[in-house]
Amino acid sequence: MFPHIMLWIGIVIILFPIYFIFSASSHTSAEIQAAPMPLNIGPHLIENYRQALFKGTQNMGTPVLTMLKNSLIMALGISVGKIVISLMAAFAIVFFKFPLRNFCFWSIFITLMLPVEVRIMPTYKVVADLGLLNTYAGLILPMIVSATAVFLFRQFFMSIPREIAEASQIDGATPMQFFRYILAPMTRTPIAAMFVIQFIYGWNQYLWPLLITTKPEFYTLLIGINRMMSGADVQIEWQIAMATTLLAMLPPVIVVVLMQKQFIAGMTETEK
Amino acid sequence: MSKQYEFKASILPYLLVLPQMVIVFVFFFWPAGQAVLQSFYLQDPFGGKMIFVGFQNYSKLLADPDYWQSFSVSTAFAVCITLGAMAISLFLAIQANKKIRFASFYKTMLIWPYAVSTLVAGVIWLFMFNPNVGVIAYVLKHTFHVDWQYLLNFNQAFLLLTLAATWKQLAYNFVFFLAGLQSVPATLIEAAEIDGAKSGTRFWKIIFPLLSPTTFYLLVMNLVYGFFETFPIVHSITQGAPGKSTAILVYKVWRDGVINLDLGSSAAQSVILMLLVIMLTVFQFRFIERRVTY
Repeated sequence: MFPHIMLWIGIVIILFPIYFIFSASSHTSAEIQAAPMPLNIGPHLIENYRQALFKGTQNMGTPVLTMLKNSLIMALGISVGKIVISLMAAFAIVFFKFPLRNFCFWSIFITLMLPVEVRIMPTYKVVADLGLLNTYAGLILPMIVSATAVFLFRQFFMSIPREIAEASQIDGATPMQFFRYILAPMTRTPIAAMFVIQFIYGWNQYLWPLLITTKPEFYTLLIGINRMMSGADVQIEWQIAMATTLLAMLPPVIVVVLMQKQFIAGMTETEK
Repeated sequence: MSKQYEFKASILPYLLVLPQMVIVFVFFFWPAGQAVLQSFYLQDPFGGKMIFVGFQNYSKLLADPDYWQSFSVSTAFAVCITLGAMAISLFLAIQANKKIRFASFYKTMLIWPYAVSTLVAGVIWLFMFNPNVGVIAYVLKHTFHVDWQYLLNFNQAFLLLTLAATWKQLAYNFVFFLAGLQSVPATLIEAAEIDGAKSGTRFWKIIFPLLSPTTFYLLVMNLVYGFFETFPIVHSITQGAPGKSTAILVYKVWRDGVINLDLGSSAAQSVILMLLVIMLTVFQFRFIERRVTY
């Protein structure tokens, strides 16, 4: 019985805060401002979500649909872009012998855990110099620097018996044919795992979009939430902000739940 | 490595690493180089006149009590999050790893919050504890008669930030601890059970030592998270208040650079932070490489 009780306590700790915001998204602004707000699910659910999706708040008129599109472009751009360039780089580093290999290896790996937070201003300057402020390229490219994916694919490639590469060569396949028809299909599981992790990473970027998106048509969902919440307490339309927060949680949560197996494998493989 | 079969081609490997290398150079080495350069200059934010000042930005920073205050609050913050989140997650992972009914349901319920972003975690806790509209704040004030004003009270602000950041990190640690626990051979534990080891002994003498690679990995990752990735939580909940007391290092870099336009100092701070992360990475990487080869 003990483990059940403890796990339920854990689940309640996780879910309780989320229930609060769900409840808030079903009330009117006045009900929330007249603290304490009622803890049931109120009658304004649909109306609040409709306003969030199509109109936004009064102090920030960008609808969720626009921001949803931006977040999706950013998350997909980061995850797919990172996977493609990392596969290529890992393939070269593991399967080829070339003079600058070690140099490439270390230049890439130095970025392994470097969060964007610590290089924020200089990166901003470079992106501004390149004219990429308020563009999708500016949102995406600096986020695909870090080497996590190269690292995972390198580990995986190193576990593949080299005889396969040698055999393909003897059979007359070029290295690119080996990559395309043998290596890539074998790597399907790590690729799926990396996709989940990078999609969430991309979706949840905050500081970078905060810095480089000044035009509302490029706001991502998280930036939108921030803009809705800035201003004096009385002006905050909590019910819309909370509806937007819940909507912003949905896509990554769906990805994790649907791809749970690949996700766990990917997370723990990176560590090895 | 030398006995391994390797392709021989002269241009192809360079073409393959090219995109990654371009990205790394344009968006890491170039900005990092600029940061180093800039950290030796004073720049007026409007004209762009640059005056070489040597190490003055660094010495000013290191002599600034605000910087050390920020450093110590960041350290305290990172340590509290790391200890709290790791202890709770390990405990939950042990429970979920037992052979009980609904185990996979429990696992899913504890894993999905990994997808919740740091900002959303901040916003959720801000909403619950907002002195004007927050439900928990209301209970604290009216039931427990706590003078809940976290924007005026450092301890309250620190507590709220720590709770939000810890809550967000639980799922991440849970995934790793669970995977670590599942790789402990069941036969070892059964053998110890037959030999009469109690469950506490089994945990501390067998499971915990076997789990140490996972624990070490998580220790580094949690510190990195606590130090560098909690910007959204501070930005949404306290914005450094009261005063500048909860302005952690990454928040200070951002505020000095973006709001105060003190580019030289912000660059110097960036350089220090980058060195810190790179040290941690190399440390971690050496450890991982050792474990892979043996």
